[in-house]
Amino acid sequence: MAQAVIDGGAVTAEALRGAPARHRRERRMKAIFFSAAALSVVISVAIVLSLAGGAINFLAKVDLSTLWSEGWFPRRDLFDVKTIFVGTLMVAAIAITIAAPLGLGSALYLSEYATPRARRFLKPILETLASVPSVVMGFFALRVISPQIVQRLFGSDVPLFNMMAAGIAVGLLVTPLVASVAEDAMHAVPSSLREAAYGLGARRRATSIRVVFPAAVSGITASLILGVSRAIGETMIVAIVAGGTGGSLFNLNPLKGGQTMTAAITSLATGSDQVRGPGPAYPSLFFVGLLLFCITLVLNLASERFVRRVRRQY
Amino acid sequence: MSSTASIRQATSAEVRRAISGRTRSAGEVTFSLALFLTLVIALTVLVVLLFNVARTAIPVISDQGGRLFQNGYSSLPERAGLKQGIVGSLYLMVFVLVLAVPLGIGAAIYMEEYARDSRVTRFINANIRNLAGVPAIVYGILGLALFVELLKPVTGPGSVEGQSLLAGALTISLMVLPIIIITTQEALRSVPRSIREGGFGVGATRWEVVRSHVLPNAAPGILTGSVLSMARALGETAPLIMVGAVTGFLSSGGGIFASLQQRFTSMPTLIFAYTKKPQPEFQDIAAAAILVLMGLILVVNLGAILLRNRYERTW
Repeated sequence: MAQAVIDGGAVTAEALRGAPARHRRERRMKAIFFSAAALSVVISVAIVLSLAGGAINFLAKVDLSTLWSEGWFPRRDLFDVKTIFVGTLMVAAIAITIAAPLGLGSALYLSEYATPRARRFLKPILETLASVPSVVMGFFALRVISPQIVQRLFGSDVPLFNMMAAGIAVGLLVTPLVASVAEDAMHAVPSSLREAAYGLGARRRATSIRVVFPAAVSGITASLILGVSRAIGETMIVAIVAGGTGGSLFNLNPLKGGQTMTAAITSLATGSDQVRGPGPAYPSLFFVGLLLFCITLVLNLASERFVRRVRRQY
Repeated sequence: MSSTASIRQATSAEVRRAISGRTRSAGEVTFSLALFLTLVIALTVLVVLLFNVARTAIPVISDQGGRLFQNGYSSLPERAGLKQGIVGSLYLMVFVLVLAVPLGIGAAIYMEEYARDSRVTRFINANIRNLAGVPAIVYGILGLALFVELLKPVTGPGSVEGQSLLAGALTISLMVLPIIIITTQEALRSVPRSIREGGFGVGATRWEVVRSHVLPNAAPGILTGSVLSMARALGETAPLIMVGAVTGFLSSGGGIFASLQQRFTSMPTLIFAYTKKPQPEFQDIAAAAILVLMGLILVVNLGAILLRNRYERTW
């Protein structure tokens, strides 16, 4: 290249382009990276196709009146959607009742009260809690939460497998997620706002509640929506402790066993309830999966929108 | 006149009280204690969980440790062990490291270094974010439909019926891919523009700049994200259950390539299988398995945190 410049006596565009081999490699690397990025779109398409294919198969096989009956019993061809939907909502509601105060309180403490040193020490512990596998939390729910907390609070006639224990365990599992997203939002509130509040004579509590909290409210909302979304998609805890093996009648009492959408999917695919064959039971798994996918997608999009609002403000 | 004076008096009294009063009021202290308590409760859960598991597991491991680590899955409590689970989980981690980590880093490099801010780019970005929020069990359904049923001849021909280590590993890889992409994107974004411009200034192509300037500076962040995704792969259960990893066997011989097409199990699915059993002995074995799994995950996480603290820098 340098030779070309000297030979020509002038810097030509041709000479500045560089060696063709470098260009080829450049194009090749770009193509490789692009296909890796495009793979994510392929995965999304594959998810939607596999869910929709199975769901259509299910709807073609099933008698539509069984979608609104007295319970969820796939082996008896009863697919009452409201049973598993209400079960899911119940677990998610209990979970967010636990996770909202614990998560937001921890976030406010870490962001507004903790010294930088305490923060550096406490945050990794919270992250470790986030890394506890859900199957471990399910075991914990069965061994400790259900007998030691739920049965002690609500009387020992409550069965060991109940929705309340599942909800509490899911809430504890979701708490670190809520805390970390909310803490990010509170941390992003500019300190000039806090200083203005202090300048007016506000103390730390008034500053936290009346300045930082409202300023970070979109991020906090996002953290709660994300928490609900995660709670709805949580599988192993409900599969272990919610007590819906085999099916469940429509039930509004959280102190009884019940079925959620995720637990229904796992019990269709495994163990004693494993069903294969020509009936509608096996493809119903895809139908429930599609419902679950749509619900969490809507919640995640909503949460994303709230997060973006924080970014635009500051 | 008199009203102004009274206002002035009241205001000055108010200000004097605010300035000279004690800086800590009962309300302030209660509030900060309440917040601290929420954090303590969250952290206590972790301590109680570990303590409860360890109390059951340590005697079990010290009494029957040899058998636990040599035997595989069994429906008889005196024969049941964890070996296949440990081996299966390690294979899964290796697979994620080999397949998902390079793909994720590649995708992130494209999104941050090559892609212009176009509608397509924004769509891919939103898509990646949504994939990260898809529940794990939905990935399990994808794995069931795609790798177990559709690709049965590749993943596990014959009696395996597609429920092979390969199917499970591919499913888990797809699940952690968006997490790797997002953490790598953040790491790449934190490398300042001037570093890239230094490379372009001496005539380097984009890939040369990425390789020699961007990646070395973003490496700690990328590494942390990859390590955390491996911890996630280690603990994830639901997708593996969907692809049938509950009671599989890993062949003792043949190495990793031969076992790719065979049935398998992993630590979390083994824990699930043992927890579901009615006999109390299985609860003890499950506790021992949890202790081993939590130990692995804590070590991996600790590694990631130390890496981050060691190499974290602000520009």
